[in-house]
Amino acid sequence: MLPFILKRVFQSILVLVITGAIAFSMFTFVGDPIDNMLGQERTMEDVERLRAQLGLDKPIPVQYFKFLNEAAQGNFGVSYRQGREVSEIIMERAPATLELAALSAIFAVVMGIALGVFTAIRRDGFAAHFIMSASLIGVSLPTFLIGILLIYLFSVELGWLPSFGRGEVVEIGGWTTGFLTESGRKALILPAITLGLYQMTLIMRLVRSEMLEVLRQDYIRFARARGLSERVINFRHALKNTMVPVITVIGLQLGAIIAFAIITETVFQWPGLGLLFINAIQFVDIPVMAAYLMMISVMFVVINLLVDILYAFIDPRLRVSAK
Amino acid sequence: MTEPVLSIRNLTVEIPTRRGLFKPVQNVSYDIYPGEIRGVVGESGAGKSMTGNAVIGLLDDPARVASGEIWLKGRRIDNLSREEKRAIRGREIGMIFQDPLTSLNPLFTIGEQLVETIQLHLKVSATEAKERALALLDRVSIPDPKTRFDQYPHQFSGGMRQRVVIALALCSEPSVIVADEPTTALDVSIQAQVLDLIKELASETQVGVILVTHDMGVIADTTEQVTVMYSGEVVENGPTDKVLSAPEHEYTKSLISAVPRPQVKLHRFPQVSYGGRETTFKIEDLARNWHKPEPSKSGKLVEVNGITKKFLEKSAILPSRRTYFTAVDNVSFDIKDGEVFGLVGESGSGKSTVARMIGTLLPVDGGHVKFDGDDVTEMSAQGIANYRKQIQMIFQDPFSSLNPRMKVESIVAEPLLHHKILPPDQITGRVHELLDRVGLTRAAATKYPHEFSGGQRQRISIARALATQPRFLICDEPTSALDVSIQAQILNILKDLQEHLGLTMLFISHDLPVVRQMCDRVGVMKQGQLIEVQDTETLFAKPEQEYTAQLLDLMPRLAQLSG
Repeated sequence: MLPFILKRVFQSILVLVITGAIAFSMFTFVGDPIDNMLGQERTMEDVERLRAQLGLDKPIPVQYFKFLNEAAQGNFGVSYRQGREVSEIIMERAPATLELAALSAIFAVVMGIALGVFTAIRRDGFAAHFIMSASLIGVSLPTFLIGILLIYLFSVELGWLPSFGRGEVVEIGGWTTGFLTESGRKALILPAITLGLYQMTLIMRLVRSEMLEVLRQDYIRFARARGLSERVINFRHALKNTMVPVITVIGLQLGAIIAFAIITETVFQWPGLGLLFINAIQFVDIPVMAAYLMMISVMFVVINLLVDILYAFIDPRLRVSAK
Repeated sequence: MTEPVLSIRNLTVEIPTRRGLFKPVQNVSYDIYPGEIRGVVGESGAGKSMTGNAVIGLLDDPARVASGEIWLKGRRIDNLSREEKRAIRGREIGMIFQDPLTSLNPLFTIGEQLVETIQLHLKVSATEAKERALALLDRVSIPDPKTRFDQYPHQFSGGMRQRVVIALALCSEPSVIVADEPTTALDVSIQAQVLDLIKELASETQVGVILVTHDMGVIADTTEQVTVMYSGEVVENGPTDKVLSAPEHEYTKSLISAVPRPQVKLHRFPQVSYGGRETTFKIEDLARNWHKPEPSKSGKLVEVNGITKKFLEKSAILPSRRTYFTAVDNVSFDIKDGEVFGLVGESGSGKSTVARMIGTLLPVDGGHVKFDGDDVTEMSAQGIANYRKQIQMIFQDPFSSLNPRMKVESIVAEPLLHHKILPPDQITGRVHELLDRVGLTRAAATKYPHEFSGGQRQRISIARALATQPRFLICDEPTSALDVSIQAQILNILKDLQEHLGLTMLFISHDLPVVRQMCDRVGVMKQGQLIEVQDTETLFAKPEQEYTAQLLDLMPRLAQLSG
């Protein structure tokens, strides 16, 4: 087990070093930051001073090493646009995105698995057919359209839920949360559904097809022959076997939820990282872009590492071969 | 006379299809008495398993019991509700399936699966259930039950898993066990052990056993009563020794005569002739278009010299800490021109690994394979491509060795295209010719593999293997997934091909009677080593090694019974 985890950790570090290189190369290739930072009226001295201050006069490998070193400590430099520490801006924005992502992930996983199991068990029922057809809509409609439709229905027509922003937030030790106020909770509902809908339908369809496959296996027949009840067969024997491949996809999709929050955040004017990133692109705010890129890749890598470990926990066959 | 534990009376099962009602089981009746083992025999599709499934109430939709009655200990059970049937399953009627590798849930320990079943049926505490589970594991002769209890199915061998399955079937002391081909997936020595266990349990616990099988040897060895089924109907019913020695029905007679005999060598395998299904097979036509292979330079087409294969057992970062499992250990033999060389042994003895190394599907870890004097292990890529054209393989499982997404035509044409043997415009003609020759119609070319039965699929594999006009054919258990009547047809095709086309063959099997009929010389493998090589006749008459004698001794004894 330990060599297996060490191997995965090593691979993860390799991935991060490579994305680090890509993030770093943005500084070198996407224009000269000095031009952006200093206005028209500048002296050569200003330029030289700033260049030295930012370390841009050093050879590229040294700069890269310095960048990696600082990135590892969470230091991505100063935002060109806001003139503040990037880490500070990110910390300020992160809670909004993480809360949104967590809620939509829970929505996607819980609903996806429940509906997937339901449509697999009652695969010939009317409800199952209806859900399957409806799920096609979830897969085929683009996220922004779903967001706009939800806003139109629940905010404009019915007036039940807010159409933008986080509502009132409460600050607890540097973390702002919308879970504690009613307007905060209300504001979360629509964006969370919008963000999670695609993942939910994907998980549902995957769970359904895997489950149908598992239900055809001999050990399920044998479980029936042993006289076990349908409930035990479906939820104990079949579901656990279904989860093995599903977990990988869920892991990848959780990363995607955070990464693709950009569109949802734009539609709902959600003050999170996605919106920050969109604004950073508009103003070529490279430190913010680099930090965002690094953060997302760390998140993907960590989630996948956890998934691999979880995999070994569920499937004893992997545990043995991994030893 | 005691009362039967289970009575089946005029049972008919029907499946509604687009072309009307199909009745896979018609008017079947038989009784099981306590402690009795009743064999149900017949070819696949005869309705034997379907009857068993009807008994335990596990017919797959849309099959249903149309008429007839099933009585268990004086209670009618065929008309019970779903929930009542479930309460009987596992508690009153246990079930053993064919493939022990797939009947256990891979993600739960043996112990969890046993305790779960025991608690369900006997309503006891977890500790009591565990005690009972350990006792059951001990009862089915699983060594060290305490350790085994917490292990997962993949940590057990096939035979051991079947023992666990038997333990599961015995959880609540059922009165009847339905064993559906319980030993078909196991090799001879394990089969004998598992059958002995079933016999022992039957006489000890007075459980009645329905043993569904297509193997006449198993019937002869194990059962007291036998029911012979043919296309859904019972054709003969009676005490096993009487049915086998003096069969009354024509089908039974031809079924018995089709069983390969270990003690005499016949020119052709007798086929099950009942029902007029013997296919005409014009081997001479194929021989006309066939370039007779040139004789090899030395008279020895294949020379295997000390080949060894090691598999990684435990990986580690440091090479010195890795451990290896030696699957094939320094094996040497020659195959002469036009000879059929048999390789026998238990599963895991390395037979298939040898075949794969000769076929260059696995690299050798030591030793040499020479084909017509050229060293295959040192060939260039070009040489290997040319070599592969001259050898072809036929695998055991006709279900997984054909690509399900390709039409038969493309499957058979693939080697022709790959080795650029024919210009594209002549390929269809050649494919039709090949299909004709293995007894399939031209219409088969446009179908997909799933539209064929196991025997027909194996014919497709043979047609594919013949496409390149190989000099050497490797057959890895070509008929062990097929039942007796189909086996005879396939083996006859291979025998004819070998004789008419001058093919050299490596024939791997664990079925000794088949080996006796097919092979000129036989090698016996045990734990990766080749322990004996003899002429077939000598080997069967006076084996040199004790192990070979043991193997021969384990052969099903149908032949001794019926003479």
